Amino acid sequence: MKRLESIQDLDKLREAIIKKNEAFERTVTLCGGTGWRAYGSESLSNIFKDKLQAKDMDEKIRLIFSGCHGFCEQGPLVVIRPEGILYCKVTEDDIDSIISETLINGKVIESLLYEDPITGDKITYEKDIPFYKAQKRIIFGQNGSLDPTKIEDYISIGGYTALGKVLSGMNADEVINEVKEAGLRGRGGGGFPTWQKWSSCRKARGNEKYLICNCDEGDPGAYMDRSILEGNPHLVLEGMLIGAYAIGSEEGYIYVRHEYPWAWENAGIAIEQARELGLLGENILGSGLNFDVDISRGGGAFVCGESTALVASLEGRAGEPRDKQHLHTVDSGLWEKPTNLNNVETWANVPFIINNGAEWYSEIGTPLSKGTKIFSLVGKVKNTGLVEVPMGISLKEIVYDIGGGTPDGTEIKAVQTGGPSGGCIPSGLLDIPVDFDELTKAGSMMGSGGMIVMDQKTCMVDVAKYFIKFLEGESCGKCLPCREGLKRMDEILTDITEGHGKMGSIDLLEELALVMTDASLCGLGKTAPNSVLSTLRYFRDEYIAHVEEKKCPAGVCTSLITYTINEEACTGCGACKKNCPYEAIEGERKKKHRIIAEKCQKCGICYEVCKFDAVEVS
Amino acid sequence: MELSIVDSIIDAHKSRTWALISILQDIQKHDGYLSQEVIRRVAEKMEIPLTRLYEVATFYRTLNLIPQGRHNITVCAGTACHVRGSNRILNELTNFLNVEPGGTTEDGEFTLSVVNCLGACAIGPVVVLDGKYHGKMTSPKVKDLLIKCRSKA
Repeated sequence: MKRLESIQDLDKLREAIIKKNEAFERTVTLCGGTGWRAYGSESLSNIFKDKLQAKDMDEKIRLIFSGCHGFCEQGPLVVIRPEGILYCKVTEDDIDSIISETLINGKVIESLLYEDPITGDKITYEKDIPFYKAQKRIIFGQNGSLDPTKIEDYISIGGYTALGKVLSGMNADEVINEVKEAGLRGRGGGGFPTWQKWSSCRKARGNEKYLICNCDEGDPGAYMDRSILEGNPHLVLEGMLIGAYAIGSEEGYIYVRHEYPWAWENAGIAIEQARELGLLGENILGSGLNFDVDISRGGGAFVCGESTALVASLEGRAGEPRDKQHLHTVDSGLWEKPTNLNNVETWANVPFIINNGAEWYSEIGTPLSKGTKIFSLVGKVKNTGLVEVPMGISLKEIVYDIGGGTPDGTEIKAVQTGGPSGGCIPSGLLDIPVDFDELTKAGSMMGSGGMIVMDQKTCMVDVAKYFIKFLEGESCGKCLPCREGLKRMDEILTDITEGHGKMGSIDLLEELALVMTDASLCGLGKTAPNSVLSTLRYFRDEYIAHVEEKKCPAGVCTSLITYTINEEACTGCGACKKNCPYEAIEGERKKKHRIIAEKCQKCGICYEVCKFDAVEVS
Repeated sequence: MELSIVDSIIDAHKSRTWALISILQDIQKHDGYLSQEVIRRVAEKMEIPLTRLYEVATFYRTLNLIPQGRHNITVCAGTACHVRGSNRILNELTNFLNVEPGGTTEDGEFTLSVVNCLGACAIGPVVVLDGKYHGKMTSPKVKDLLIKCRSKA
């Protein structure tokens, strides 16, 4: 493509692309988010393409292999526009009928439609699906309309218009002020006002300034940043370009987790295309703005999500954080130059604020938390996926109205937010509005947006142990409170879950937690005890049951449970006996089976394979 | 591994320090690990003190300093997978392969790894065998997977 020399060139290109797209009768979008891509949705897309070509339909039908749509539970998804028909769980065998019935004859295929689990009704259109209805998909909504590897797709839906607006009529202060009025706060976890960072970095001494986009999404159970960068990389680049203009930076980096190959591949393609069109590089759109971006891959260290550790990693060193109290990254960051670091979702918000104005943006959300937030809704929930909701919505609405509750309809025990640094919110508090401050008050935090639903079969002591073990492995080891504190906490929690806990253990845990909060060097250590503190706050009785009664009420901690077979429910199918690796089950076919307690290693395989719920845990 | 390949990878990244981790990852793709010889070459060519390079190579989880098995089986230990029982799968694999996470079986056939999260939470618990994702795993299913993989070899 030819380099664009001015904003008018960009507008002309957009018009040409739109005109070209208008020639298509229909658009078929196939979801290619990581979950389904890993399962082969790419080959599904290729087969679709070949079949359309074979039928000479490729000039009438526009096929888009897009990023993640969010409704992962029902994937792979196919959306047919302009009608907006949504087909779920599409396989290779369905492609012929989608082409012949829907694309040629205009008929809807009943069997591929989403079925409402409550009413049993089939739902034809994407917009009517309850999962989408309760959401406000501003940032994430674009994912379904574009192929992330095609810059023309992004331009056709208004991409880079916000950059044009900034370059043609706003000065740096006006841009920063717009972000301020909008009330945008950092989406990476801290919730720090974005404009303040930008403004400090702009005012910082020196001409060389750096921008960093943090996509080191290390929180387990969270994948929203990846899905934005993977599904809409130009949106992030446009946000960074606007930031570069406001701050006065000519160089930026996107730091991406190595475990997200499609994210860094797509971002790399996007950067190449933007350079070719002159949207990155020198004298962008003839405005005099110079800015370029490179990608740096992370090495799988959770601590590198912390800004100073990330900077160390970019400098080619081990990712150890430093004290931020006396020296801020905005004054002295990468190579000791002023550096502005924002998370992927934060950058992605910027073009919308510029295009629609601060007033529009600030109408969404609560007084102190503006806009929408994307959550990764996972765990024991029916509709696993990514959801974008306005700030202030209640947790209950997210997990029940959008998430559909637990898969087996049982009661939710808790919702964990904020990743390893966050906490568990009990079911009794699900009415609290989701915003930065309310979640903190409840002993958890917004974090980057992980939301893990836990049911009655989840042991809260085990959850706390899981996060402490995770952080123990990820602690960089630089400061003592974090390095030693986590190790000791892990030992105490392991004792408790193995039945060796004493009453004093719980108090000691609490004491350790408070010391770590006060004395650790960086955010990782300071927030590390949150999982312990919040579970102690709301689920202390579970800890006491482990310590005093030597029982795990949820039936998870292997040392404290026994498996038995309920003879009334057992049909004698033999599945448990066949799968038991320890030959600990006896019984003849079609007769009641029994677990031999002395041989049982409590691996739980019998419990998993029994189709009649005859294996019980106590 | 031919040291000229190491050189060409460093050249492709223009020897830039901010790409150090990517450089090491790209080199590692060839043999599955970074040998002493390779590390020394990178240090020399990029003019980085060997001690610092060793610090980097041992700090980041994705970099290996010991040879890996012919097959790699990775269990996702993300929170979503954990609450859906990924621990049972990991226990089953440790028992079946007789190797701890991070280790390689005596016959050099399998390396067992654990990853913090793959972000494929909808299909959890997830196990990745030689780059191929397998979702909604259970302990019996994962055993079948290994048996099949072994018989193919």
